[in-house]
Amino acid sequence: MGGTAAGPVPDASHDFALWEKRVDALLVIASSEGHFTVDGLRRVLEDMGEEAFETMSYYERWISSVNQNLIEAGVYTTAELATKMTEVAARGPTYGEAASD
Amino acid sequence: MPHDHHDHLSPSGHPYRPDNDHPLTYWQQMEIAVRELLIEKGVTTAAEISAQIDAMDARSPTDGAKVVARAWTDPAFREALFADASAATREMGFDIGPMRLIALENTAEVHNVVVCTLCSCYPRNLLGLPPDWYKSRAYRARTVKEPRKVLAEFGVDLPDGTTVRVHDSTADMRYVVIPMRPEGTEGLDEEALAALVTRDSMIGTGLAKAP
Repeated sequence: MGGTAAGPVPDASHDFALWEKRVDALLVIASSEGHFTVDGLRRVLEDMGEEAFETMSYYERWISSVNQNLIEAGVYTTAELATKMTEVAARGPTYGEAASD
Repeated sequence: MPHDHHDHLSPSGHPYRPDNDHPLTYWQQMEIAVRELLIEKGVTTAAEISAQIDAMDARSPTDGAKVVARAWTDPAFREALFADASAATREMGFDIGPMRLIALENTAEVHNVVVCTLCSCYPRNLLGLPPDWYKSRAYRARTVKEPRKVLAEFGVDLPDGTTVRVHDSTADMRYVVIPMRPEGTEGLDEEALAALVTRDSMIGTGLAKAP
């Protein structure tokens, strides 16, 4: 990443969506509770490989890394995640329908 | 004007933006799942997550601008800031937590610019969330290799004699640039000075505005 060739720096900006802010908040809270460190976040981001930086958005990479770190820390299991993912998907296709609160 | 570069603008003159009402992506479903699991496991609460988002939204570069304006006008604070920026900014109410904050002084001889090549570490306690370009692959890849060219794209053309120092953030360390005080600002008070301090001037991709 650092030092590799790349095109112009993009000047577009966007307002953060609620789900993106929530990912950010989950990271801050989970790391302040001692479940992982910023180094752990970065390790998983780097393990994703270069392709992930082309195919996933910033907060998509982050939630993927936060999830991986929380599983490794034993906060929940992969089985619990799978059950919850299925449950969320079954609620409906929009954010409003899938939100339980 | 059918064939000019305004084609991607809406009739109101704003660029078209996708709404957030498309079907949930896999990663958005994962955000919901992780958030609910953390609440069920007692790691956090919905209220705590909302409070964290509110606190983040409340931070903005105007916080950092206050620090810069004070450094320009208060010699004792300036000294404290360059000695230990974490403590000096905490005293102003901008707590960076356990991380180390380092203030970098731009002068006629040295221009500092900050990047995070590994992800997007940024002095959020002073500037809020980082802009999209700071997190972009292009900025992170090129700033360490051809900083003058990147700076020129931001409109910062430095004399050849100016030393450019690029600072790469780490997980435990954050940098904030203290830009040069513009000329002709001798009579201005701290508030008027703070209005001249832009976000980019504190990253190093800009200069403080002229009065």
